[in-house]
Amino acid sequence: MSEFQQKCSILSRDRLAFDVFRLTLQAPGIAATACPGQFVMVRVSDGLDPLLRRPFSIHRCFADGRISLLFKVIGKGTELLARRCIGDQVDLVGPLGNGFVGNGVGNGFEFSDDRPVCLIGGGMGIAPLLFLAEQLHKSGRETEKDHVLLGARTQDELTPLADEFSNLGYPVQLATDDGSVGHKGFIPDLLDFILPTVEQVYTCGPHLMMKNVVRQCQQAEVPCQVSLETHMACGMGACLGCTVNGKKGLVHVCKQGPVFDADQLEWSLE
Amino acid sequence: MKELRMESAGNTGRGSTPDLGVQIGPLVLRNPVMTASGTFGYAREFENLVDLAQLGAIIVKGISLHPKPGNPPPRIVETACGMLNAIGLENVGVDRFISGKMPYLYKLSSPVVVNILGDSVEEYSEIARRLDRVEGVAALEVNISCPNVKKGGVAFGTVPEMAARVTEAVRGGSRLPLIVKLSPNVTDIVLMARAVADAGADAVSLINTLIGMAIDPISRSPRLANVIGGLSGPAIKPVALRMVWQVAQAISLPVIGIGGITTANDALEFLLAGASAVQVGTANFYDPSAAGNIVQGITAYLQEQGEDRLVDIVGTLQTGID
Ligand SMILES: Cc1cc2nc3c(=O)[nH]c(=O)nc-3n(C[C@H](O)[C@H](O)[C@H](O)COP(=O)(O)OP(=O)(O)OC[C@H]3O[C@@H](n4cnc5c(N)ncnc54)[C@H](O)[C@@H]3O)c2cc1C
Ligand SMILES: Cc1cc2nc3c(=O)[nH]c(=O)nc-3n(C[C@H](O)[C@H](O)[C@H](O)COP(=O)(O)O)c2cc1C
Ligand code: FES
Repeated sequence: MSEFQQKCSILSRDRLAFDVFRLTLQAPGIAATACPGQFVMVRVSDGLDPLLRRPFSIHRCFADGRISLLFKVIGKGTELLARRCIGDQVDLVGPLGNGFVGNGVGNGFEFSDDRPVCLIGGGMGIAPLLFLAEQLHKSGRETEKDHVLLGARTQDELTPLADEFSNLGYPVQLATDDGSVGHKGFIPDLLDFILPTVEQVYTCGPHLMMKNVVRQCQQAEVPCQVSLETHMACGMGACLGCTVNGKKGLVHVCKQGPVFDADQLEWSLE
Repeated sequence: MKELRMESAGNTGRGSTPDLGVQIGPLVLRNPVMTASGTFGYAREFENLVDLAQLGAIIVKGISLHPKPGNPPPRIVETACGMLNAIGLENVGVDRFISGKMPYLYKLSSPVVVNILGDSVEEYSEIARRLDRVEGVAALEVNISCPNVKKGGVAFGTVPEMAARVTEAVRGGSRLPLIVKLSPNVTDIVLMARAVADAGADAVSLINTLIGMAIDPISRSPRLANVIGGLSGPAIKPVALRMVWQVAQAISLPVIGIGGITTANDALEFLLAGASAVQVGTANFYDPSAAGNIVQGITAYLQEQGEDRLVDIVGTLQTGID
């Protein structure tokens, strides 16, 4: 596996919602080797405050060397990143971590049978799933048989993204906390109907959402891959700061993840 | 001091390429820039990003006699120009280090220094004994200063007699060059340095992290599961520099400066204050190219200053006071 530290020019900056931004950067080395579910560590400032890089999933990846990041402004680092302009250079390290995998056959996204897969994204957890959806689409799947469930607080955060999944042929179901679009409530409510037919679930989003998804998948005996977030200092396995509880002791999210088989982790499901 | 321009390395100044070589007791380094323990993994983590051959030395994550799982998460918090960590010395233990990590490290062209830690004096000497005959280990760095372990750790680094006992025990178990790493969490750092110098250390390195904490006012709980942790990064540089200067004046052993070093200018401050070498720590996390840039920046500085040898600038700080 190969990683790069690159100064990448911002090619475009889109504001998708009040506090949600999408940056597209020229990052040839990273784009050439990235897999869905992998992430980059971004230096949001050239100075020393904030000091640490911020981790972001690779949201899209293009053959011409561009990558996109999708993020929500939540604190100092993301605020600075949102203020960057087209033409600015941003220092990235990546691609890092282990991404989503196809069913037992490495990163090729081939499946043992043609039962549908289900992608479940909550909030900014949608970011890595679009890259995954594009990759699955490229592998020649009949995407109209698969499922995409997306959830967020309000309609604003969902619509431009939902369209991008639809354009790849996926049927998309939405859920919002305020009911402004789609189902009013949580994504897991939508899942019960689909799970019995599904071969594989991929999910990324708030911990509580993933915990519920994992519980449902375990009850239905459907394999589920989850992408986790923790605080990271290095993203490369050096600081040992990014641990979470696994079934067999602590695991390092940046190196052994961020994507895990749900069964490897300790969810304390009640 | 004006900021150095990195790209000028190699083609400015008067003479030919200056000699960056330094000697830390019996340990000979081609340049004074090392990576600090716990911030560079076991080196392999950085192999795609960093030319490992340009490093003066690589110091690996602290190794204990038995494997340690470390502390529960969350283990890291960002603070102003720094970070707190309470990793709790997670490591694979000395035997798995030797069988699993050394074969890779052995092949590198940079010297490998193994950082060691123990819960008791006996553990320190036992780890030293097991590493003594392992090919590829260039030196030991004895960590008597970790703030994140309950047993022993702090006392070893804060009580001069205990520090001396650990140093003697490791000395007795090993022929390797011996660096003792000091804790800044003391009232008189010079006392600690003298104690380990008299007990047989070949060099001292300082500083380890400063004990700190951070609180989340919303949940009214500490941000680290361990409640307290070690502060590192640029925020601690002035403290580290002061301690290095004090120790370098007080003892005759080589001193290695650590604490918030990110740029060549940072490193030069430590060298001028009397450090024979420096370690780059937290900077590896946010700028993997930092150590390499520092080597180039020091070269450029020596050329601009018309100096042929790095050793000639060590300890040349002009304070104007006697
Ligand atoms: C592997 C991975 C992929 C991610 N992908 C995305 C993505 O695609 N889009 C997106 O919007 N966000 C993503 N995140 C979360 C993102 O890293 C945080 O939102 C961001 O670091 C917040 O930084 P800040 O300075 O604005 O927040 P602050 O709260 O000011 O940050 C303070 C510290 O907390 C850390 N931190 C804060 N929130 C989080 C969080 N949720 N997870 C991890 N660390 C956090 C910061 O990195 C920083 O060290 C991802 C996190 C991880 C670990
Ligand atoms: C995440 C982390 C882990 C560390 N682990 C060790 C260790 O195992 N042994 C040790 O002697 N020092 C350890 N240190 C201390 C560093 O080697 C160094 O002394 C300290 O961070 C100050 O330097 P800096 O400001 O350049 O980071 C660790 C520091 C950090 C940030
Ligand atoms: S973030 Fe440093 S080890 Fe995972």
